[in-house]
Amino acid sequence: MAANPMSQFDVYRIGPQIKVGAFDISFTNASLFMILSTVSILLIFNLGSKKNSILPNKIQLLAELSYTFVSKMISDTAGSKAKPYFAFIFSLFMFVLFCNMFGMIPYTFTVTSHIIVTFVLAAFIFIGVTVIGFIKHGFGYLKLFVPSGVPAVLLPLIVVIEIISYLSRPISLSVRLFANMMAGHTMMKVFGGFVISLGIVGGWLPLSFSVALTGLEILVAFLQAYVFAILTCIYLNDALNLHH
Amino acid sequence: MVKKIYFQSIFFSFFFIKDALAAESGGMPQLNPEFWVSQIFWLILTFGIMYLVLSKLILPKISNNLESRKSQILENIEAAEKQREDSDAKLKEYDEIISKSKLEANSIFNQAREKALKDIGAKREVLDKQIDNEIAEAEKEIDVLRKNAPDKINKIAIETSSELLQKLIGAEVNNSSISAIVDDLSKRNGDKYYGN
Repeated sequence: MAANPMSQFDVYRIGPQIKVGAFDISFTNASLFMILSTVSILLIFNLGSKKNSILPNKIQLLAELSYTFVSKMISDTAGSKAKPYFAFIFSLFMFVLFCNMFGMIPYTFTVTSHIIVTFVLAAFIFIGVTVIGFIKHGFGYLKLFVPSGVPAVLLPLIVVIEIISYLSRPISLSVRLFANMMAGHTMMKVFGGFVISLGIVGGWLPLSFSVALTGLEILVAFLQAYVFAILTCIYLNDALNLHH
Repeated sequence: MVKKIYFQSIFFSFFFIKDALAAESGGMPQLNPEFWVSQIFWLILTFGIMYLVLSKLILPKISNNLESRKSQILENIEAAEKQREDSDAKLKEYDEIISKSKLEANSIFNQAREKALKDIGAKREVLDKQIDNEIAEAEKEIDVLRKNAPDKINKIAIETSSELLQKLIGAEVNNSSISAIVDDLSKRNGDKYYGN
């Protein structure tokens, strides 16, 4: 099991099999790390919001910095109209960030390295944004597919391209996160395997790579959470402020 | 030599890794749909609960904290501004008082000086008058003395000349004839001795 770089992504049941109708909703290692992530998020932010002192302590500072970071990100990309969706984007960013970061601890499971998880998130965002767009603008939201200032001859082609690009949003959003996490962790595993198989003589080179990769992966973990959140903001901006 | 062996061993060991990796099999566990439903269920459950708790309980508190801190800081700044203005006003008041008292001191000094000058002037006038009077009296006395002087001199001249003649001649000489001579002489020489 240890040598296969893909075995770290295996999902396995913890405890008994739970079945609801035809669906298997057993508690797995993925569920465990989802719960770990959410519980730690809730713990940190609960602690960070408990006391209200003028000079914040470390955990309060952390909570407030994250709050202002996400709130600034939303207001910069989607404007003031996106304020009602702040809580969702904040939860999304924190959830993805914590899942990514938990995956960086050795012997843990990376929830976001599974396409089904990222796809459910992305699909929910896609459907939600589309619904918001149609509620805000009615059928005028379809103008999103007709960019202004395009020659009439090119219009049929452009509209088709725009529709395809719009429909591929959930796929690109989910695959970006999933592929980044999976590729990074696989690479780390492969280099880790090199360290073992090259032994005490040649293992130092891949080991140093592994160390460097760990730093890179931590950066990627943050960056992908940020990208996921900011792309959500951009899609939301399209739905809220129709520019075309 | 050691270095060469080291890098050679690294190079050759790559051949064995290939074998080691090839032994494993199986594709991506991500594409195995066995636990998809479970993952979706737990994702919705955990994310949903987290979203609800964050949006209803925690985030409003944080935003409240931030707001209250902001407003408190603003209030403090305002209070500080107010106090600064107050102190500015007090400083101005103080400056005014200082300049006023300076002016007052100046005027008091000027008044005192004027008064002193006046006193000095009055006293000087009095003194001048006294001096003038004294000078005038002295001049009068001198005048009287000067007017009497020729007569006295004449008298002395007559007496001395009569005594002189008596001693020289031994006979009584008529005073009246001597006085006529002295008068005549003094009239002639009077101008020589007395300028007037």
